[in-house]
Amino acid sequence: MRSEPAAWWFVGPALLVIGIFFLLPVLTALALSLSDFDIYALADWRNLRLVGLRNYAELLASALFWRALGNTLYFVVLGVPLSIAVSLGTALLLHSRVARFKPFFRTALFAPVVTTLVASAVVWRYLFNTRYGWLNYALGGIGISPIDWLGDPHWAMPAIIVFAVWKNFGYNMIILLAGLQAIPTDLYEAARIDGASIWRQLRHVTLPMLSPILLMVGIMTVAGYFQLFAEPYVMTQGGPLQSTVSVLYLMYEEGFKWWNLGTASAVAFVLFLVIFGVTTVQLRWMRTGSSV
Amino acid sequence: MHLAALIALAVALIVGGCSSGSQDQTVVRFWAMGREGEVVAQLVPEFERTHRGIHVKIQQLPWSAAHEKLLTAFAGNATPDVGQLGNTWIPEFVALHALAPLDAQVTASPAIDRHDYFAGIWDTNVVDGGLYGIPWYVDTRILFYRRDLLAQAGFSVPPRSWFELQQMLAAIKARAGADRYSILLPINEFEPLLVLALQQDEPLLRDGGRWGNFESAGFRRALRFYVEMFRHGWAPPLTDASVSNVWNEFSRGYFCFYISGPWNIGEFKHRLPAEQQDSWMTAPLPGPDGPGASIAGGSSLVVFDTSHVKGAAWQWIEYLSNPDVQRHFHELTGDLPPRRTAWSEGKLMQDAYSQAFRDQLERVKPAPKVPEWERIADAMRLVAEQTVFGALSVDEAASELDARTNQILEKRRWMLDRKGGL
Repeated sequence: MRSEPAAWWFVGPALLVIGIFFLLPVLTALALSLSDFDIYALADWRNLRLVGLRNYAELLASALFWRALGNTLYFVVLGVPLSIAVSLGTALLLHSRVARFKPFFRTALFAPVVTTLVASAVVWRYLFNTRYGWLNYALGGIGISPIDWLGDPHWAMPAIIVFAVWKNFGYNMIILLAGLQAIPTDLYEAARIDGASIWRQLRHVTLPMLSPILLMVGIMTVAGYFQLFAEPYVMTQGGPLQSTVSVLYLMYEEGFKWWNLGTASAVAFVLFLVIFGVTTVQLRWMRTGSSV
Repeated sequence: MHLAALIALAVALIVGGCSSGSQDQTVVRFWAMGREGEVVAQLVPEFERTHRGIHVKIQQLPWSAAHEKLLTAFAGNATPDVGQLGNTWIPEFVALHALAPLDAQVTASPAIDRHDYFAGIWDTNVVDGGLYGIPWYVDTRILFYRRDLLAQAGFSVPPRSWFELQQMLAAIKARAGADRYSILLPINEFEPLLVLALQQDEPLLRDGGRWGNFESAGFRRALRFYVEMFRHGWAPPLTDASVSNVWNEFSRGYFCFYISGPWNIGEFKHRLPAEQQDSWMTAPLPGPDGPGASIAGGSSLVVFDTSHVKGAAWQWIEYLSNPDVQRHFHELTGDLPPRRTAWSEGKLMQDAYSQAFRDQLERVKPAPKVPEWERIADAMRLVAEQTVFGALSVDEAASELDARTNQILEKRRWMLDRKGGL
């Protein structure tokens, strides 16, 4: 008990910084989400109305919000497994004993993560071009007629997913590669002596040993992919037919395009609850998984 | 001790540095956007030579961040003395009480004659009877077209009415085949539909901007005409992101007509090959019956209400509004001047491509002057896009658009009813 005041002195600065730069903005945003703050309120505080939960009620009643949530879920459900599968695949290839020029490939495959998103989006827009894009050219080679990737409401989100996976897989690949290198080689030796095939070694040695890292990667990727914004912002501006409007994109439009900061804050809190809910389920799943 | 002395010295320098400049000279802070912001600096030396004691300090903002920056500056009480504002933003900044009214200055000024300005452009600066900006340059939409393709389809002159336009679109499409089109109307732009809607008699909003008026017969006629161009296959349902290079496609004959603005005169001259320079031209917009209206766009010069040097600010605006200066500015930027006198001589008069703009500018109308307009225009674009893809009929689209607009205008109605005026 005696040491408590001293401890507060040590914790104080950090708490102060967290309070000012995290807690205070969050509380302000919560207060904003209960008001109709807009440019009229910016001009004169008397134009501000406290509307209680109306922003939330209107949001839950708006078709565009559900559309945005649906688009985001589509992106997460398809994008996360695909992204992790690609990361795992490339990590396994890089880890394999027969691979040559490993440092080169490791750098090359990691490069998309560190390139500027806007610059790579411009290149991808050319790749996705309906009439001159390489993607359609390649598909044409195997007899598939051209797809209007960014202009067709059904294909725009898959195109965004492909781009996002390409942009992000390198990061998880590096983490998984480190995980693979930490697996003791004698486990594989024992498996080989027992006559296990490559496939069975993967299923019964690699994946179980990797599962804590896979779950961590999964949680980080899910939380990250829920915050989809930059890809549709630079590739499609939410179009066509709002098929690539994500929840965060909706928040950006409400807040910084239309200056409805009340509604935008409400969107932010709803998104927070969604991500919080999903990651909680994932964590619980991990706990039950590890206790079995 | 040394540190304290250094800090004191630094503070003295900063404070001194701020105050000494403004004692013998009046500084006018001017914010301008994009290309105009770069080029306008070339006009400053001559202004400062003829107006001793005034120094113009220019800050350039990128267009993409300008709106946000201006609002932030307003919130932080850091607005400049003079600013360039897109004229659709004026109602919003008037609602913020950020702009100084200019009626008295214009009445007293020998340099600015309001009747010399194109009426529709001047009107964009008048909000609830008060004048808040002076037009700097104009922007409107007209037809760009391929003369050769039109001639091959059997027409020697561009369309004057919707009926003629439809006939030409059909004839061009019949010759062009399945993978070419008659007209390009990018569905991520609201302007093509807006100009068709402005050509109608009914206003787009009613009751002083309290309610949407999209279910009026006029708007539905405009929307039907717009959507039919896609339904007949005359226009491809594309965004401009999927047409990666508009100028190349125009040159290849992917489309014959294109509704666009003045900046494309320079772009087409610059980007089309020399042998094609004779095969394109501009024309005023056709209307429902005879020549039609277009949108009154462009930028205005405004004085911010917080400015302490409104007199000097006004002299800078007067200087930029001088017809000779406007002609010079056109040569530097390609921006079209808002005064008839500025058009009466010089390069503009000789430029064949600009004549359609000169003609069109006599028939321009402002978009509805409410702060919420950009949001309504965005809703209009989205609903029109759904209609083009067949998810809504024209009548359903009109009532959907009214419903969305009325929701957007809810706060405005509350404020108007509470105060009996903004």
